[in-house]
Amino acid sequence: MSLDAHVVTHRGDFAVDVAVQTDPGTTVALLGPNGSGKTTTLDAIAGLLPLDGGHVRVSGVTWADAHTVLPPQRRRTGLVAANHLLFPHLTALENVAFGPRSRGLGRSAARARARAELDALGIGDLAGRRPTALSNGQAQRTALARALATDPAVLLLDEPLSALDPTTRAEVRAGLAHRLAGFAGVTVLVTHDPLDALTLADRLVFVEAGRVVQSGPPAEVVARPRDAYVAHVVGLNLYAGETRSQTLVETSVGPVVTSGHDHVGPSWVSFAPAAVSLYPARPGGSPRNAWECTVRAVEIVGQTARVRLTDDASGEPVVAEVTTASVAELRLQTGATVWATVKATEVTAYPA
Amino acid sequence: MRRLAGSSALLFALAGLGVALVALPMLGLLLRTDWGDVLDDLRSPIVWPAIRLSLITTAITLVLALIVGTPLAWLLSRSQGRAGRWLRALLTVPIVLPPVVGGVALLLAYGRNGVVGAPIFEAFGLRLPFTPVAVVLAQLFVALPFYVLAVEGAMRSVDRRFDAVAATLGASPTRVFLRVALPLAAPGIVAGAALAWARALGEFGATITFAGNLTGRTQTAPLAVYVSLQSDPQAAIALSVTMLAVSVAVLGLLRGRWSG
Repeated sequence: MSLDAHVVTHRGDFAVDVAVQTDPGTTVALLGPNGSGKTTTLDAIAGLLPLDGGHVRVSGVTWADAHTVLPPQRRRTGLVAANHLLFPHLTALENVAFGPRSRGLGRSAARARARAELDALGIGDLAGRRPTALSNGQAQRTALARALATDPAVLLLDEPLSALDPTTRAEVRAGLAHRLAGFAGVTVLVTHDPLDALTLADRLVFVEAGRVVQSGPPAEVVARPRDAYVAHVVGLNLYAGETRSQTLVETSVGPVVTSGHDHVGPSWVSFAPAAVSLYPARPGGSPRNAWECTVRAVEIVGQTARVRLTDDASGEPVVAEVTTASVAELRLQTGATVWATVKATEVTAYPA
Repeated sequence: MRRLAGSSALLFALAGLGVALVALPMLGLLLRTDWGDVLDDLRSPIVWPAIRLSLITTAITLVLALIVGTPLAWLLSRSQGRAGRWLRALLTVPIVLPPVVGGVALLLAYGRNGVVGAPIFEAFGLRLPFTPVAVVLAQLFVALPFYVLAVEGAMRSVDRRFDAVAATLGASPTRVFLRVALPLAAPGIVAGAALAWARALGEFGATITFAGNLTGRTQTAPLAVYVSLQSDPQAAIALSVTMLAVSVAVLGLLRGRWSG
């Protein structure tokens, strides 16, 4: 089962124009800031929102286009939202059996199917409980079982882990990954969390203000972001620029020296926060990229510190990752001035 | 508390007057009731037929309100456009309309020459006014809006994402209504039904205007109270006490919803 969706909707001033294509058995992650149109895209695929243009086709069958609109109950989707949305008046088993029953399965067959789904997610012993008697993680697994019990062609996961605490999130993420591995349909996962996207998805689609800003396999997107939000999510410093020579790109943060690139014209320049070194004064020696920066914030994670800086000349943000020892040596505190340097060999330049 | 009372004696006096205005009439009724003879008084020839007619007609009204009003409340609760707003306004009119005006309107609509009454008479030879059917129509006219608006509120508070999830699971709108909306709005449906039934039981103005006051046919309990107050005051008081008891019982059923 493959998905070919091009969702075009207008609601007041907010327009969404997002295309998502995926191959059978794969998971595509939709990432983007709040209000960027991710949930709108999911709802349109599910048939909960009308399309103003575009189409939704699944394995060659048209669910929606200019001529056809299938109602949600005739599309083969399964929806899991951040809030589990289990029917409060039904037990976990009855919740999961609701879909098979709605699709015409007999009572006992539907319950047998529901039990199998709950067992597959390791929560068969909770079948008789009402949602209020389930923990968040258990409820979310039940919601996943309910969505899968109708054999959906497209599984729609709308921030399925966002309401869970970190430990539960890791557990449910593992359960989800395990269950998706054996799922023949297409999964569309909306998330804020890069870890969800990188561990669960075969393809990432970044959406901002209703438009796709970048899409591709996770490894490619992580290595070569082409958008400030994408760079922020994957944790890279990214600047737009124009090539000046085979080793120089003129960027928004000033001229950046690279170890060599073979394209000309508009270019992206990126480097990892760990490639940034901080000094109290401008270092001499080999040709380096150096910026005089002001420290904005310092967060410590284990033995490393993430230092948010702004380049004094351009005002562009620079993120550095240094050891906690450096934080102490350099007395890095908000408002302090430091020099940030990056070796040319650590800089990646690629065509925009 | 004492200091509060001292510093706001006027407020307390006004509030006390408000309580008295509501409580004294009921107290008066209870004090004037001849408790030993209530059951005997209820044997008055006018009382039992009136109670029976009230019970039968309000039961039919309630069933019709549930059957017609519940889907209407559901559709209204899920409507977003202008049509829904106008419909809601239309349904509110009988709540604010003087009941006797409602009775006149019913008479003009269902009467021998009315827009609905004339075709019915031509087709079946039936006259609706001054029949038990008219009693039910009058009660529905005033009680159905109460029911619909109460249930609509309950259904509106059911998260729409439940509808959406049910639809993606393959449930038709009818199945969503029956299996999701009804159970989740059940407390609101019970409250709306009690409210509508109480309103139907007390209906007077529209009934007397449209259905008349025929003993055993259209004379409901409130009409019997009014009539017997002239001829047999003890029966009127006994009947009034009975209806007060019923009203309090309904309030008890709704306890925790409005009475806190």
